[in-house]
Amino acid sequence: MEFERPLVELEEKLAELRRLDVAEHPDLAAEIEALAAEVATLHAEVYQNLTPWQRVQISRHPDRPKTDDYIAALFDDVVQLHGDRTFGDDEAIFAGLGTLGTQRVVLLGHRKGRSTKENIRRNFGSPQAEGFRKARRVMQLADKFRLPIVSFLDTPGAHPGIEAEERGQAWAIAENLATLSALRVPVVAVGIGEGGSGGALAIGFGDRLIMLENAYYSISTPEACASILLKDASKACDVAGCLKLTARDLVELGIADEVVPEPLGGAHRDPQPMFEAVANAVSRALGQLGGRDGEALAEARYERLRRIGEYS
Amino acid sequence: MSITDWFKARESKRYTETSTDRTKAATDVPDGVWQKCPSCKAIVYQGELDANFQVCGKCSHHFDIPGPARIALLVDEGSFEETDAHLRSADPLKWQAGKSYADALERARDKTGLDEAALTGRATIGGHPVVIGAMDFRFIGASMGSVVGEKVTRAFELGLAERRAVVLAIASGGARMQEGMLSLMQMAKTSAAAQRFAEAGLPYISILTNPTLGGVTASFATLADIILAEPGALVGFTGPRVIEQTIRQSLPKGFQTSEFLLEHGMVDEVVPRDELAERVRLLLDYVTAGGER
Repeated sequence: MEFERPLVELEEKLAELRRLDVAEHPDLAAEIEALAAEVATLHAEVYQNLTPWQRVQISRHPDRPKTDDYIAALFDDVVQLHGDRTFGDDEAIFAGLGTLGTQRVVLLGHRKGRSTKENIRRNFGSPQAEGFRKARRVMQLADKFRLPIVSFLDTPGAHPGIEAEERGQAWAIAENLATLSALRVPVVAVGIGEGGSGGALAIGFGDRLIMLENAYYSISTPEACASILLKDASKACDVAGCLKLTARDLVELGIADEVVPEPLGGAHRDPQPMFEAVANAVSRALGQLGGRDGEALAEARYERLRRIGEYS
Repeated sequence: MSITDWFKARESKRYTETSTDRTKAATDVPDGVWQKCPSCKAIVYQGELDANFQVCGKCSHHFDIPGPARIALLVDEGSFEETDAHLRSADPLKWQAGKSYADALERARDKTGLDEAALTGRATIGGHPVVIGAMDFRFIGASMGSVVGEKVTRAFELGLAERRAVVLAIASGGARMQEGMLSLMQMAKTSAAAQRFAEAGLPYISILTNPTLGGVTASFATLADIILAEPGALVGFTGPRVIEQTIRQSLPKGFQTSEFLLEHGMVDEVVPRDELAERVRLLLDYVTAGGER
């Protein structure tokens, strides 16, 4: 990533120096030490003061852990459930069952791929109407069998295309919102990467919203916002700050509950502790919601939504 | 003509009119004695439009109409009693990118004489007590921010409390960018309110008018028991220009019109404006009075 370049250059220099035989160049030892210190400082400086746009870039990093990775790392006995029973099986949405520790849950998530081939199959994580309908079917299954829902958010948005419109993209999203709002089981949403617009929201709100430090959640991608308001998608970096889309912004707006810190440089730099932190956050949330009566949960969820908005 | 060309030609004739330019046409209707019809280009006399529900006498193009006129068109004369009239949007994100949001709100208020893009209130339609709502495209494209979301939510809550049907005439460019995530969450909030209303067994009729797009289509607008649409209205999730840019091909003629949606099973009926009030009244008879006539 562009903003990481000075850091990468320094790191490379340092690695080069370290390969030299220190015995042959005793004068270099001090210099290496100084450079290492400089790298550490720069590292902290770059990653502790990330701009919203830089966080958006990290959230899209190709090596960033994805829904599949979290499901594989956190859950046992995973069963994937396919298809919307009406049209097809949208690979951009994961739906299934899994067990976190001793807690059985229904799993939902947007699926980005690892390879280009996989990404094409999964439409780069942008669901079609049938993907949302599959998710809704599984939400109803969760409600029926009293299983909490854990949902992983990572999408640039619902797919904009002819077939999506023909099959009622908007209708599918609206029905998910209505269904999610009234479920009698706990719903925990986790923003792990991109939270783009209605396509994220359609599986992306509930009783808790947990955001990874560099994940974003926004009314639209910064590019789409810049394109609509400024008629220039290349000004995305300018509007990213205005949109208040970072994890911390969302806590301040009263929309997210918790920010899970990422390893320095982003989740992809050290996935294992990231998985553990997410597992802990999700377990904690499920534990807090676990004992509640279904009606009380739905009522609290309604009140939670009811409070959102600023006006006079 | 090869068979594939024949199919292409057939495809392009399937729907009645092209949709891509209509949102623009909608926004620059001039004030004055004469108007140019954006569809058939005929010059039509304003008095004639006024007498004909703002519908072109030559081609039946439905001109956009302001929120207050929309309500007057649907409800029993003199029955409308506005609720929550003075809710005003704050500027929670202190939005400055492009144009300042505070300025845009001020200009929209001056232009329309309204405080926000949605109007709601109690009324009767054919004697049926309803909560009626309408959206005004002149007000920042009738986009949904905190106030539109709140007014729609309160409309459902009022309907629930007083056991009235809800009738909403929708027009919107989508969720309002300048309030960021607060706008996006209004989709969930309004949908939650519509769901509670539905669970109480109460009827909700929505009327989709030109244009209905984005976060409004993808929330309360399409959660109705019965969805009507005006002829030729542009209705969809993603706007046609964005789809064109994304897929890099031009869209079939009539894509995302009311007629297109009817063909794809997404709306119950396309109803011309001069028949709307009567149609809503009849539907209310069916859904509020039970089986015995």
